[in-house]
Amino acid sequence: MSAAQTTTATRPREAGAAWRHARHVVTGNPVTALAFALFFLLLLCAALGPFLVPYDPLASDTANALQAPSWAHPFGTDQLGRDILSRVVVATRLDMAVAIASVVLVFALGGLAGVAAGYFGGWTDRVVGRIADTIMAFPLFVLAMGIVAALGNTVTNIVIATAIVNFPLYARLARAEARVRREAGFVQAARLTGNGEWRILLTQILPNILPIMAVQVSLTMGYAILNAAGLSFIGLGVRPPMPEWGIMVAEGASFIVSGEWWVALFPGLALMLAVFCFNLLGDGLRDIVDPQRRG
Amino acid sequence: MRTVLLRLLGALPALAGVILVTFLLTRVLPGDTASYFAGPTASAESIAQIRAELGLDRPLPEQFFRYVTALAQGHLGMSLTTGQPVLADLTARLPASVELTLAALLLAMGIAIPLGILAAVKQGSWADHLCRIVVTAGVSLPVFFTGLLLVYVFYFILGWSPAPLGRLDAFASAPPTVTGLYLVDSLLAGDMETFRASLAQMALPVATLGLFALAPIARISRGSMLAVLSADFVRTARASGLSPRYVILTYAFRNAMLPVLTTLGMVFSFLLGANVLVEKVFAWPGVGSYAVEALIASDFAPVQGFVLTMAILYVLLNLAIDLLYGLVDPRARMDA
Repeated sequence: MSAAQTTTATRPREAGAAWRHARHVVTGNPVTALAFALFFLLLLCAALGPFLVPYDPLASDTANALQAPSWAHPFGTDQLGRDILSRVVVATRLDMAVAIASVVLVFALGGLAGVAAGYFGGWTDRVVGRIADTIMAFPLFVLAMGIVAALGNTVTNIVIATAIVNFPLYARLARAEARVRREAGFVQAARLTGNGEWRILLTQILPNILPIMAVQVSLTMGYAILNAAGLSFIGLGVRPPMPEWGIMVAEGASFIVSGEWWVALFPGLALMLAVFCFNLLGDGLRDIVDPQRRG
Repeated sequence: MRTVLLRLLGALPALAGVILVTFLLTRVLPGDTASYFAGPTASAESIAQIRAELGLDRPLPEQFFRYVTALAQGHLGMSLTTGQPVLADLTARLPASVELTLAALLLAMGIAIPLGILAAVKQGSWADHLCRIVVTAGVSLPVFFTGLLLVYVFYFILGWSPAPLGRLDAFASAPPTVTGLYLVDSLLAGDMETFRASLAQMALPVATLGLFALAPIARISRGSMLAVLSADFVRTARASGLSPRYVILTYAFRNAMLPVLTTLGMVFSFLLGANVLVEKVFAWPGVGSYAVEALIASDFAPVQGFVLTMAILYVLLNLAIDLLYGLVDPRARMDA
């Protein structure tokens, strides 16, 4: 208990310093500021998307099918006359939800397994290492396809497949970070005061590696979005009337050769911006958490 | 020779893991495999009969043993959509995918390595900026989206490339099969017209995949070249009065290529996955589009065969990279 109290006692000061540093990074680096702006735009679309859009994303209007972008339809309409702008904005929620859910899942599983492997060593380490190696022996997207095929073609399974594919990254990072802290002073102090091993793991080691793991989350979010969109592009997971970026690009693909570029372009751009945003954000966060690795 | 054997042995656990995972994937199929094979109208007895035929009523270890024996004899099951053995389908379609992936890798390496080195040697120059743009774009662009953009620009607007429909247009005939790679086969047959036609069909998919592979290779080339250039032996070489060109090309280059070689493993992992998406965009008749078609039709044997083939291919590629590494770097041979 005493250990927990000391960490909470020092936290406000650390948080203030981190905040100042974060503000310094954002103002000093316009690219990171741009990434944060994009991030809030994505959050806004994800949270309020259905209330912001001018049209019902599912309402078809065949009289106005495949219209080029205009004032009424800034992104044009698709083959059923649905407004593409509305569909792109509403799709944000699903795409973000899939990516965030898979990253949270792998953060919990991979992070815990990795920390346990690094802290306990021995057979725990060997088992976790073997699992990670086996996953890495597959081309990752192909493995994700196989998992979705085996578990069933649903959005939940896309989340699970994306999480499994990212598992080695998280497990290895958490393992390496836990390993260097295994015999650190504060860990030995906690051990001397009679804390159990699991308690030390959860209250001492885990909180200390969270910032580095958070950077990893941001860096893999982009990959998670691409992976999920790729799976739905080949027809897995999301079913057609549902607005989702990957499947919208797939629907637009057949109109590219006849010149209706807007059907595929705008969802593709949204996808690209989202991935771009998280990659920049990851770099920015790394600058905040780990200034030495900047460059 | 000993090191080669050791490395071969080192690849065995990965291979065993791959086979075990694919087996597990075949056993957690949605619903009951036997009733799936029997069809919706099957009676309880016929389902039980099929289950016995497929060996699904046996304990798991025995099923695994049967699975491995079947694999060793090359049985990957039958495809319900094509009615052919999966192995035959895969071998017929593999050359198309190999041709695409190899060409893309060569293109990416041919551009990315000089670009990365130039960016490292002349920091802050146009090459450095170009390198940064390429790296950022490469990780953010969905590969299927790049493909569609290229089709729109080069097929619809400019009309330079043929329709994105497969390896050859409908009027051309395939060259006599020697390697299965149309570019090589048409050259062997001396058929320049087919060579040009298949090159034209390949240009866009190869560019799409190549752009995708460009980013990691360029980033590592630049990074490792920067590290090598600040090393002591490069300083010594410069201090001895060797020309900058000589120092970079003979001293720095070979050392800088080692991390690039290691990254190729990761690049292959991405390429084999991206291949599936690119094949779908360009209707390329390779193993990727075969797996996608089977997946949509809920035909699972081809998908599993595809996953297993890709995984084995990937393990072998990593092995080849390992061996190559030993060849390039004498130090790696010593401690093996």
